[in-house]
Amino acid sequence: MTTTPTAGDVSAFLKRRARWSPLEAAFWVFAFATIWLFPDKYLILKDSAILALFALSLDLILGYAGIISLGQAAFFGFAGYFAGLVAKYGVINEPVIALICAGFAAAALGFVTSFLVLRGSDLTRLMVTLGVSLMLGELANRYSNITGGADGLQGVEIAPVLGRFNFDLYGHNAYVYCLIVLFVCFLIARRIVYSPFGLSLRAVKGNVLRASAIGIPVKWRLVSIYTVSAFFAGIAGALLTQTTAFCSLDVFSLERSADLLLVLIIGGTGYLYGGLIGAVIYKLLQDWIANLTPQYWQFWIGMVLVVIVLIGRERMAGWIAAARAFLTGVVGRLLPNSAALTGATRDGQ
Amino acid sequence: MLTILFDGVAYGMLLFVLACGLSVTLGLMNFINLAHGSFAMAGGYCTVVLVNQLGIPFALGLPIAFLITALLGGFLERTLYVHVYARSHLDQVLFTIGLVFMSVASVDYVMGSSQQFVQIPDALQGQLNVFGIGMGKYRLFIIAICGLLTVVLQLILAKTRFGSRLRAAVDDQRVARGLGINVGAVFGITFAVGSGLAGLGGALGAEILGLDPTFPLKYMIYFLIVVTVGGTSSITGPFLASILLGIGDVAGKYYVPKLGAFVIYAIMIAVLILRPQGLFARSTAR
Repeated sequence: MTTTPTAGDVSAFLKRRARWSPLEAAFWVFAFATIWLFPDKYLILKDSAILALFALSLDLILGYAGIISLGQAAFFGFAGYFAGLVAKYGVINEPVIALICAGFAAAALGFVTSFLVLRGSDLTRLMVTLGVSLMLGELANRYSNITGGADGLQGVEIAPVLGRFNFDLYGHNAYVYCLIVLFVCFLIARRIVYSPFGLSLRAVKGNVLRASAIGIPVKWRLVSIYTVSAFFAGIAGALLTQTTAFCSLDVFSLERSADLLLVLIIGGTGYLYGGLIGAVIYKLLQDWIANLTPQYWQFWIGMVLVVIVLIGRERMAGWIAAARAFLTGVVGRLLPNSAALTGATRDGQ
Repeated sequence: MLTILFDGVAYGMLLFVLACGLSVTLGLMNFINLAHGSFAMAGGYCTVVLVNQLGIPFALGLPIAFLITALLGGFLERTLYVHVYARSHLDQVLFTIGLVFMSVASVDYVMGSSQQFVQIPDALQGQLNVFGIGMGKYRLFIIAICGLLTVVLQLILAKTRFGSRLRAAVDDQRVARGLGINVGAVFGITFAVGSGLAGLGGALGAEILGLDPTFPLKYMIYFLIVVTVGGTSSITGPFLASILLGIGDVAGKYYVPKLGAFVIYAIMIAVLILRPQGLFARSTAR
């Protein structure tokens, strides 16, 4: 006879799942240590941080809710232009407030468009998400008097963060700013994913029919996570505009959304670190290949995609899990007290 | 006005030849092939090499381009695509986007990134005036060829043994297998012919659509629109959808030049929301 779990059991289970593991702590300690470890690599680190946040936003809908999207760039670009325009015309000078506003603007767009992705099959969703981002790209091109059209949005001047930290030439402050924003967003995403709401999303991903049969309001769950994901994508886009003081039409491009899928596939979907690790690997890979063949790096990126699919993501996930178990073992041996906690790391899967 | 209509029809016919292979493969294997445009590009570049550099006549270059892309398609289908049919849609999207990236970069490497033009014979250049409507001879030629192809395709599908096998496999793969139809072989042939048609379309359309390495990315969305709006259950659906798309796009670009593509995307989203199965699909959802 199995006993029915009480509400106390459930919340204890959720709390156990959500506990921080030593490996996670080590990850973030290392992430912040890079500020002092690699002072000459700020540019690529900053790009990685932005890409990681962007990938995190896609993971929320793809890895947790099972929506395939080729249109995440819509929110990225929309908020990017939003942040650029408010800074250019001096509507909101403080970057942090502008960032949050841009995020909410993207979230509003996400909320409106979320109703479009509720219907239809994978292919329909793919088309609709792609269509939305292409439409925004056309609009940005059409109203070039506002957006600068094909030349990009120029003359953006970003005020110092919190009135003190200027974006310097070496990108130190910009990187720290991006990293902190990434960390805060990660904490929010982590809270969402480990909440009962996050669990219900997984149920929806597993089987829509059953999820609605046990009383999960599938439609509203999807609408909310799509909106939240748009918020994060928007923050990432606004960060890019703020740190480069520039925004161009390619923020809406298909390549951006496609690259994002690759990032997530490299890192693995359905656990929050996938996007983060994938972004770092992708950026390093891109940097390395672009140094070898500046013009044709796309070929090798494409080849990586094809090979990954042919090998099979499940098999690769197996390797990653093995590597993670090994790492956890190492960390556990270094910190004997925490050995009991290591079970928590695997809960992400 | 009528000239726009005429250009739109020519454009739409071209889109149909480009996309019909995609619609059959999507309907048959439920396989999302974003790399379809790469075959069209391959056909276009084949013709450029054959006609411009080797001096083969244009009329002979077209069928050769068809054959080469069909062989290429069949080869890739047997070696690479077969492994991906049973995978999730996400895997298929990733796989085919990877192929697109590879094809774009390789063509860039071999042929350079500038736009290519096929030398069209003098007989097909210039305009004809029929009842006061200016019609480009080349466009007329495209309409004739594509119209002929459509009729032939329809006849093959409706009258031949292969056609009925194909239709059976599209309708219900498992039952078709049970009846002893070799679905894998049917699919392989269809894929090859579909790729070949895309190659032919790319060769014909090099003049109108423009041919450069980013071709597969630029027109991917158009092919997908034809397929999703037209539905995958028949050949008439994609045909009507392509004609509509062609006329809509040409008219949109003529009347509201900077907003042209926007109109198309908006219409597509509206159609997909109202009729997720496609505009002309049968009501039985699978």
